[in-house]
Amino acid sequence: MSCSSGTGNFVKLSRLLGEIHKMSMNGKLSGPNCRLSANFRLKKAKETMHGSNSFRKWKRNLLFLWLLGFVFTGIIWFFLSFNSVASERNEKSPDSCEEKARILLQNFNVSKNQFHALASFFYESDQNISQRSALGVQSKDCCQNLSFCMVKGCLLLLVGVLLSCKIPGVCLKCWKNRKNEPVPLQPVAQQLQLLLQQKQQQQAQSSPKGAGKWRKKLLIVFVLLGMLTSFWLFWHLNQKIILRREETLANMCDERARMLQDQFNVSMNHVHALAILVSTFHHGKHPSAINQKTFGEYTERTAFERPLTSGVAYALKVLHSEREQFEKQHGWTIKKMETEDQTLVQDCLTENLDPAPVKDEYAPVIFSQETVSHIVSIDMMSGKEDRENILRARATGKGVLTSPFKLLKFNHLGVVLTFAVYNKDLHPDATPEQRTEATVGYLGASYDVPSLVEKLLQQLASNQTIVVNVYDTTNASAPISMYGTDVTDTGLLHVSSLDFGDPLRKHEMHCRFKQKPPLPWMAINASVGVLVITLLVGHIFHAAICRIAKVENDYREMMELKARAEAADVAKSQFLATVSHEIRTPMNGVLGMLKMLMDADLDAIQRDYAETAHNSGKDLISLINEVLDQAKIESGRLELEDVPFDLRSLLDNVLSLSSDKSNDKGIELAVYVSNRVPEVVVGDPGRFRQIITNLVGNSIKFTQDKGHIFVSVHLVDEVKGTFDVGDKVLQQGLNLVQDTSSKTYNTLSGFPVVERWRSWENFKILNDKDTMEDPEKIKLLVTVEDTGVGIRLDAQSRIFTPFVQADSSTSRHYGGTGIGLSISKHLVELMHGKIGFVSEPGIGSTFSFTGAFGKGEVSSPDAKWKQCDPVVPEFQGLRALIIDNRSIRAEVTRYHLRRLGISLDIASSMESACTYLSSTCGTSEFAHLAMILIDKDVWDQETVLHLRTLLKEHGQNGRLDVSTNLPKIFLLGTSMSPVERSKLKTAGFVDNVLMKPLRLSVLIACFQEALGNGRKDQVHRKKTSTLGSLLREKRILVVDDNKVNRRVAEGALKKYGAIVSCVERGQDALDKLKPPHDFDACFMDIQMPEMDGFEATRQIRSAETEVNKKLASGEASIEMYGNVSHWHVPILAMTADVIQATNEECLKFGMDDYVSKPFEEEQLYSAVARFFESG
Amino acid sequence: MDIANQLQRQFMDYSTSLHREGFVDDQFTQLQKLQDENSPDFVVEVASLFFEDCEKLINNMARALEQQQGVDFKQVDASVHQLKGSSSSIGAMRVKNVCIAFRSFCEAQNREGCLRCLQQVTHEYSLLKNKLQTLFRLEKQILAAGGSIPIVE
Repeated sequence: MSCSSGTGNFVKLSRLLGEIHKMSMNGKLSGPNCRLSANFRLKKAKETMHGSNSFRKWKRNLLFLWLLGFVFTGIIWFFLSFNSVASERNEKSPDSCEEKARILLQNFNVSKNQFHALASFFYESDQNISQRSALGVQSKDCCQNLSFCMVKGCLLLLVGVLLSCKIPGVCLKCWKNRKNEPVPLQPVAQQLQLLLQQKQQQQAQSSPKGAGKWRKKLLIVFVLLGMLTSFWLFWHLNQKIILRREETLANMCDERARMLQDQFNVSMNHVHALAILVSTFHHGKHPSAINQKTFGEYTERTAFERPLTSGVAYALKVLHSEREQFEKQHGWTIKKMETEDQTLVQDCLTENLDPAPVKDEYAPVIFSQETVSHIVSIDMMSGKEDRENILRARATGKGVLTSPFKLLKFNHLGVVLTFAVYNKDLHPDATPEQRTEATVGYLGASYDVPSLVEKLLQQLASNQTIVVNVYDTTNASAPISMYGTDVTDTGLLHVSSLDFGDPLRKHEMHCRFKQKPPLPWMAINASVGVLVITLLVGHIFHAAICRIAKVENDYREMMELKARAEAADVAKSQFLATVSHEIRTPMNGVLGMLKMLMDADLDAIQRDYAETAHNSGKDLISLINEVLDQAKIESGRLELEDVPFDLRSLLDNVLSLSSDKSNDKGIELAVYVSNRVPEVVVGDPGRFRQIITNLVGNSIKFTQDKGHIFVSVHLVDEVKGTFDVGDKVLQQGLNLVQDTSSKTYNTLSGFPVVERWRSWENFKILNDKDTMEDPEKIKLLVTVEDTGVGIRLDAQSRIFTPFVQADSSTSRHYGGTGIGLSISKHLVELMHGKIGFVSEPGIGSTFSFTGAFGKGEVSSPDAKWKQCDPVVPEFQGLRALIIDNRSIRAEVTRYHLRRLGISLDIASSMESACTYLSSTCGTSEFAHLAMILIDKDVWDQETVLHLRTLLKEHGQNGRLDVSTNLPKIFLLGTSMSPVERSKLKTAGFVDNVLMKPLRLSVLIACFQEALGNGRKDQVHRKKTSTLGSLLREKRILVVDDNKVNRRVAEGALKKYGAIVSCVERGQDALDKLKPPHDFDACFMDIQMPEMDGFEATRQIRSAETEVNKKLASGEASIEMYGNVSHWHVPILAMTADVIQATNEECLKFGMDDYVSKPFEEEQLYSAVARFFESG
Repeated sequence: MDIANQLQRQFMDYSTSLHREGFVDDQFTQLQKLQDENSPDFVVEVASLFFEDCEKLINNMARALEQQQGVDFKQVDASVHQLKGSSSSIGAMRVKNVCIAFRSFCEAQNREGCLRCLQQVTHEYSLLKNKLQTLFRLEKQILAAGGSIPIVE
């Protein structure tokens, strides 16, 4: 058993190895195929896809093959073990037979002694018991083995079924995985994407199909193999059964034959003994001790020793010469047998028989057993066969048998055994002549063969199962049946030869099974079982394969649909983009015309109509822009710039744009940037502005007449809480400041707001404490808080969906399309950030988003941004006092003033401000106190007057110049009309009114004006320092045909200290700029009559090149050209339309840069800076 | 002081209204800012240059458009361009806007439209001239009263 399982394992192993080999072959084969078809553009993506694909397929196939191998190995193992059981059984059965024979022999030996009957009784029972027990052992063994095999088979089946159930699941999973595989949907060009999809499709179509075919073939092979196995199994088992049957039959037959033979021999021995008895007592004694009476009695009494002889008789040898004497002596004549064959059994009276004819010698029966007393006086020599027997018997000295004949009296077949009786004890080697000489008589015994066999068979068990026939086959061509009925041929026949001690006679025993062999149920069951298992497994696999094929088909279909859907989506986006763009162009015309119409002489109603139309047009344009953005985002064509920009000034700009609306509504608008946020960040300012504008716009739209909108920017790190929150605004946002004492909320406007921190609590980057920190990147968290109407809870989930507003009624109430938040979300995602919000109806909403920006270098050479934020050093070191009852608002003010370098003290009320002033009076702090800012909420004219007098007193005490150096007083207001403001100003309450939202530029202008009295020179020097330092004493040529333009440009440039010359024609410029000259730069108009700017520039450049060439070749000395080795005067174009094309054209014609025509300081600065900064 | 303040307020209101009605734009404010001690009459100087230029150009255009046949639209266009440049330099928004329309008519060689535009330009120009002269007068008065000219945001 162990050996067979060992071989089983080995087979499994080798099979597995074979599979692996096959797999690798497959992989190799499929690899190049796909690579051949790969498009070079898509090669990379495809290869990776294919790689993962083939690997998965490989895995699946391995699993499949492994299972197949397992099933086969299992079956083989099963059969091997089954065979071993069978062979074991076979081995056992001869063993048991031998044992039986031995027992039999022993028993037989026992029976040799005189206690025959007793012995035979014992023998019978003994044998039966032993046989039965042996059979029992055998059958038990068999049962055990069979049940073991069945258990194994069941186990195998179970494993097989389980695995095959698993396989489709695994395969499906594989498929699913493959399906879930993120299809790279990066916004690539549309064609490329489509191509990719097509390729994917092709691939999906080609490879699984092949795999499916392959699988199907394998399945068919598997089923065929299974069927073959089942047939083989049937044949094999059937063979086994037949063989076993034959063996059983042979064993039984041989056993029976031997027993028959033995019993016959026993009887024969007795007859032999009788013969010797007769020889001893009849012939050896005179007078004879035996007469008919004693013989009859003796034989009758010892008949049990010859159980199968019907009778014995003794015939005397009488020569013809002695006949008369003999007849006289006995008183009867020797009679002849009536018929030759039936002498011994004739049932007729001896008297009726004729006397024997004359012959040489006679063998008349003188003694006989009672049963056959009728044969006395009959001459045995008269029958031909008997005579031969007698002659043979006396010649050999052994028992001789006749051929079988019918014993009349018993109506049975019988044989006659004849022994010769000699008058002396002969030597075993005596010659036949000597024997004939010594013969005195013959002893015959008739055997009833059928009853002999019958008795014997009854002694043996299982005599019902077989049919026994005994034949005399001395004449081989015509065997004589001695026992048994003619039975129908049941197929199997076993022949055992019988030796009854007569060498001339041959006997055979033929054994047959009574019944035809039963159907080989075990073989049928086993093979049917295998077949069923095979078919079941096959069915399961078939189902799996079908399912896989179906899933593949579905997958392909879905891929196709997906590709189509995506293509449609892209097409839609493209359509939108195109259409939006096309609409925009004519809309500009419409708007321009409307504007003109509005400027024309219209009456009030007409003007109203025109304005409405214009406003609608503007709304339409902004909507189209939004749609365009959305389309761009969806088609993946929106790309973010990476330029440095000043976050703070950008926020100022956004707020200034929104301030009109917020002031109209009376909403307070404020911005706060944490001082940990760098001044310059690198990102897309336009898109950043768009997001903020959007959020702020939304907030303004949904906030009604009260409260505030508060934009704050922090670093994400600050919120993470990696260090102590030092930022007061953030503290308020995180609810760390618990100001429960005040009745109003500690917010910008005192209205309740939602908990800001909840809007960003779901952001991943905040929660991940150990995210990889790119030192070059900073993450900003921007929150926009408002006190608006809030968003209904059920609508909160869908507000980022395009064209969906919180409520369908929203657009009726507030207008808008609901696309802004969607765009914002996309933009934030493009910035690698997240957007979130928290909102409570009736309280307000807070939107937060994060974004990744690069750290900008403050000293970036591209100083475009710098101009926007002229940090005015003149305010550096000043102090200010803010009187504000809300700490957050004060913080915001502090933020703005800090940007100017002004440090701020906070007083929560007018009274505390007064006390503050008193306490600091006379100290250096007071000396530096340049301004007092008062919020409108705490404004009170009386107190302000009081404050003024207080200041004056203090100032006088401090011996300061009262008129100039007293702190200025500013009012911070949200919504005040210009009239109101001028009134306050002229009334002398305040030096100026600052309108919220606070902006750096406004602050600077205001402070400069207010502080200007005493510091005007300083201010001017500082102000011109930016451009002035660049342009001072520079000689600049302005070329413009337009007198007014020329004058304006001249004025502007002169203001910055430049020495300006003007010409009005291109030709004049040419003359002026002919080297050598001493101009540092030239500003040139492009559109001029006669010679335009481009042409002039071209000629100037060519002249310069000529001179440079001369200088380089040494044709001209440097001295001739003013000691300048290389001539290149910066030429800046002045143009009214600053579009890209013109810019490129400018550069093409050799100009260095351009400025837009009404001079803007920033742009002028940035353009000029490029040339003069280094010098 | 009172007179100056009053005048200042009047000046503020007036220039605000000029802005609001679109006669001038930010560019004009920029010009005002350019004026300082070194060039105290800068704005007036530029404005008078502009008026001169305007009158000349308008006359040119009127002459060119007077011809019933064979109007030299190119010449008109050049003039309009000049006018547009000047007006945008000085920040005369309305004049500039009319010029934009004027140019499109010129390109379309639409004499009727051009004439209408010329009329408009003339109208706007005279309006602006009046307004600015009023403004300058106010300025002078303020200066005479000893006040400083406030800057309008």
